[in-house]
Amino acid sequence: MWRTTWRSLLAHKLRLALSGLAIVLGVAFVVGTLIFTDTLSKTFNDLFESTAADVNVTRAAAFDQGLEGTGTGGTATYVPAGLVDEIADVEGVAAVEGNVQAEGVYILDADGEVLDTGGAPGIGISWDTEESLSPTTLVDGRAATGPGEVMIDTNSAEDTGYRVGDTITVLTPGPRVEAELVGTFRFGDEGGLAGASLTAFDTTTAQELLSAPGQFTGIGVGAADGVDPDELADRVAAVVGSDYDVKTASEQAESLSSDFSEALQFINIFLLVFAAIALFVGTFIILNTFSMLVAQRTRELALLRALGASRGQVTRSVLGEALVVGLVGSTLGLAAGYGIAAGLRALFGSFGLTLDGDLVLSTDTVLWAYAVGVLVTLVSAYVPARRAARMPPVAAMRDDVVTAQRGLRRRTVVGAVLAAVGIAALVGGTLSDDGGTGASLVGLGALALILGATALSPVLAVPFLRSVGALLPRIWGTTGRLAQENAVRNPRRTAATASALMIGLALVSAFSVIGASTNASIDELVTGSVRAEFVVSSAVQVPFSGDVAAELAEVDGVDAIMPLRWGQAQLDGRTSFLTAVDPDSLDRSIELSLVDGSTERLGGNGLLVDESTADGRGWAVGDTVEVLTRDGRQQELVVRGVFESNQVIGSTVVSLDSLTAFGGVALDRFLFVDLADDVAPADVRPQLEEVTDAYPVVDLKDRGEFSDEQKSSVDQLLLLINAMLVLSVLIAALGIVNTLAMSVIERTREIGLLRAVGLGRAQLRRMVRLEAVVISIYGAVLGLVLGTLFGVALSRSLADQGITELVVPLPRMAVFLLVAAVIGVLAAVGPARRAARLKVLDAIAQT
Amino acid sequence: MTLPGPQSAALPAARGRTLTKVFGEGDTRVVALDRVDVDFDRGRFTAIMGPSGSGKSTLMHCMAGLDSVTEGQAFIGDVDLSSLDDKALTVLRRDRIGFVFQAFNLLPTLTALENITLPMDIAGRKPDQAWLDQVIDTVGLRDRLAHRPTELSGGQQQRVACARALAGRPDIVFADEPTGNLDSRSGADVLDFLRSSVRRMDQTVVMVTHDPKAAGYADRVLFLADGRIVDEMAEPTAERVLERLKAFDPAEDRTGEADAASRAGVR
Repeated sequence: MWRTTWRSLLAHKLRLALSGLAIVLGVAFVVGTLIFTDTLSKTFNDLFESTAADVNVTRAAAFDQGLEGTGTGGTATYVPAGLVDEIADVEGVAAVEGNVQAEGVYILDADGEVLDTGGAPGIGISWDTEESLSPTTLVDGRAATGPGEVMIDTNSAEDTGYRVGDTITVLTPGPRVEAELVGTFRFGDEGGLAGASLTAFDTTTAQELLSAPGQFTGIGVGAADGVDPDELADRVAAVVGSDYDVKTASEQAESLSSDFSEALQFINIFLLVFAAIALFVGTFIILNTFSMLVAQRTRELALLRALGASRGQVTRSVLGEALVVGLVGSTLGLAAGYGIAAGLRALFGSFGLTLDGDLVLSTDTVLWAYAVGVLVTLVSAYVPARRAARMPPVAAMRDDVVTAQRGLRRRTVVGAVLAAVGIAALVGGTLSDDGGTGASLVGLGALALILGATALSPVLAVPFLRSVGALLPRIWGTTGRLAQENAVRNPRRTAATASALMIGLALVSAFSVIGASTNASIDELVTGSVRAEFVVSSAVQVPFSGDVAAELAEVDGVDAIMPLRWGQAQLDGRTSFLTAVDPDSLDRSIELSLVDGSTERLGGNGLLVDESTADGRGWAVGDTVEVLTRDGRQQELVVRGVFESNQVIGSTVVSLDSLTAFGGVALDRFLFVDLADDVAPADVRPQLEEVTDAYPVVDLKDRGEFSDEQKSSVDQLLLLINAMLVLSVLIAALGIVNTLAMSVIERTREIGLLRAVGLGRAQLRRMVRLEAVVISIYGAVLGLVLGTLFGVALSRSLADQGITELVVPLPRMAVFLLVAAVIGVLAAVGPARRAARLKVLDAIAQT
Repeated sequence: MTLPGPQSAALPAARGRTLTKVFGEGDTRVVALDRVDVDFDRGRFTAIMGPSGSGKSTLMHCMAGLDSVTEGQAFIGDVDLSSLDDKALTVLRRDRIGFVFQAFNLLPTLTALENITLPMDIAGRKPDQAWLDQVIDTVGLRDRLAHRPTELSGGQQQRVACARALAGRPDIVFADEPTGNLDSRSGADVLDFLRSSVRRMDQTVVMVTHDPKAAGYADRVLFLADGRIVDEMAEPTAERVLERLKAFDPAEDRTGEADAASRAGVR
């Protein structure tokens, strides 16, 4: 039997290539995802491991800030310079040097614009004089030695085109610095910084600009030859006491990367979900292809049965083909996955996650590629293989091969049950009070409904094609009629082909509904709750110097500037994000709807929380909340007000003074500019912009622009999601090509007959094209209906998370429908050409 | 080009002049038609007979514009097929020629009536209702018009195919072994219909067959061997045709096609 399997494979190269392509794409996406995330973790691990010092000393934190602690949202903690001398005396210490590292340092390019780090931090460091302790290596020029001198990393130098000797401008959290570029350096072994920029100053200047005189952010310690780093760490720890964290290089890298791996996990899961969708869609195509291969080989398989092959042998023969196709497809998918990973790297690069270095292909990735590719192929080929085995031997004798139409009753029942369960879950999720449970219910419901719709789609296809498809003969006459009949001829096949497109479009349209609703909610929120005429914020989402606020306050016509800062502290034992605002100008800038208490007593140790936080933590106005700051001090806050959820301000609000007292960095995130009542915003804008223009990191926006800015991040996320979903739509398009190509092969004699009795080539091509279009439109309509349901349900279930509005973007849906039709037209190009090229006589003679 | 133009009554419905068709090159070179001159007169039922590989199907395909000739000319009426491109040939087939094949004549997705009017529907033309009714009544399928091919017997399917071939009132109908897949009773029905379409409806029919009984329905029989017309018989009967066929010496076939001899005379 293996020989017949092999022969059959060789005989159907083209058809198998088509189904193989589906596997290739599906596997490629999985592989691409795995390679990309491996590369991502390697890049960051390299980054974390690029600590040259054997032992590092930092201020001990009272609680783990997680990944946020590495960002500017955290609160700075310093190490006094005196500690350096103490550590120097420890036995086994070969070198010791205090260092400074801080974010918020940006290099301006020659045009005065901030060097785009794509969202990665701009980091300022002190230049280590002890080479053995430094993760950096001087490449060109010399080390910075005084206030007028600065060094940058080679990547940034390349991007800006700066060379040693140029005078460059650097923005720091404090003042703007103009200095001579005296040297460039490389970070770590490969210079990979994941997009971040590095600017180095001499230690004294770095302290002035980034920490405080006499204060370091850490101390690097080098072990003498033969001294074990772990042992040295223990000795240093004994000297510095429990106020400080002493970690060996490997411990530090580990803790940093474990913080990071959580975030990485998220990206990984996010990407794998799309890979799963791609594979799921691919499954339909493979199933379809093998069904058609089996249908075409009815006579051949029946002959085998007649000659005495057992059912098992026929099944194994078909599965054997699938195995080979799966193996070959996986291998090609592995190669293509490399390309996809490169594409993902570019895509994420445009969203601010720049990865340098080579792509990482691990053994696991290779194993997964084959496991997934072969398994999916075997699973999808199993059903057709079973069907093949059930072929009665007498089918070999029949002249006309008619694919038996099996009943749809079981599918109707299963589909209806699944759909009912799905809809019930959607409704349940929508009605659920708790956003989290609601959303997961909606997710489950969506899955059930998609499966239900997939089962039901052959049942629904017939009425759809009979009703909507009836337009075809009206417009295109006989050609349209033939196309309609061809589409309706095998509802299972049409439905399976359309299902692939359905899934992709359901997800795209669901996200469109959510995106549109979110954007509408943002508009509503900003117009409803921002009272200030202007908002100043950073285009690159970084905190900025308090100087901006001070200078803006001087502009004529400005009534008040309200800064908004972010920080962290533990409240009643749980780490919380804090928003700090100026209590005096809060009411003039932001409108909060208070449920209880007031904003008046926020000053001092007041605390405002939103409703859901108050409910969740059991806080009420007048309650005292225990605070543990990052540097370990105990404080108290008193709840003064409870307000309705407001995304602009966050859930936990304290005064600026409180945040400073908790060790928060004095950097602003937003400034709300409130104008005097008798001033027209347009009159003051030029003067305000004059101030902000001097700070390249910040922009002045009116309420509309502010709203647009908030929306742009939603749009960006949508774009990312849609870019991922394009793949599933691509696979779906491939499925249509596949189905049509198979249909053309199957109907060769019909095509010959049609040509003989006078159907022109152009008409024949149109017939194939119309069939493709009607199939893809069917898939699109199903997808849009489902997607809208999902989107509406999810938006509603997230109503208390800030998606207060509900918008179904109909124009966009119409565009999707149009795109589906275009996909149909494009998918038909190849098969239609093939059909038109058939020689009339050969086609008729074909048996 | 939708209707036959005004032609002199003397002009045959179709004619071939020095028709030559060569397949392959060098060692595999086979001369399927060797300078054949042939006329198919209007209102006549012509049968083409000959052993397998004699070139009878090729002759029909070339005359019907389904295949190109290597040399010579094929005319439908006064139109030289070799002067037409694919588009014009398609239109010619659609409007002026009717086809009946051995099997697979009908589109499974269309009803019997839709199959019958298919060429006219493709052309976007309204069928001549009176003529259509006459054709349908002659094939005797009025109660079967709404059925799909799978719901019809083999004989009924072939009759639908015949009706389709005639429905557009073509210049000529080509039938390629129309009874090859039918039992004798159904075959007789189809042949009766073809003959009556010639006698009563003044149609022109050319039929390729290897069945002497089928040839007995024709007005004239052409015998082909080795790509040449070797004999002709007017007012044939099944017995006379059979007699004539016996005269073909299987040994002669070897010159035509390597494997032709093994298949010749099997049926």
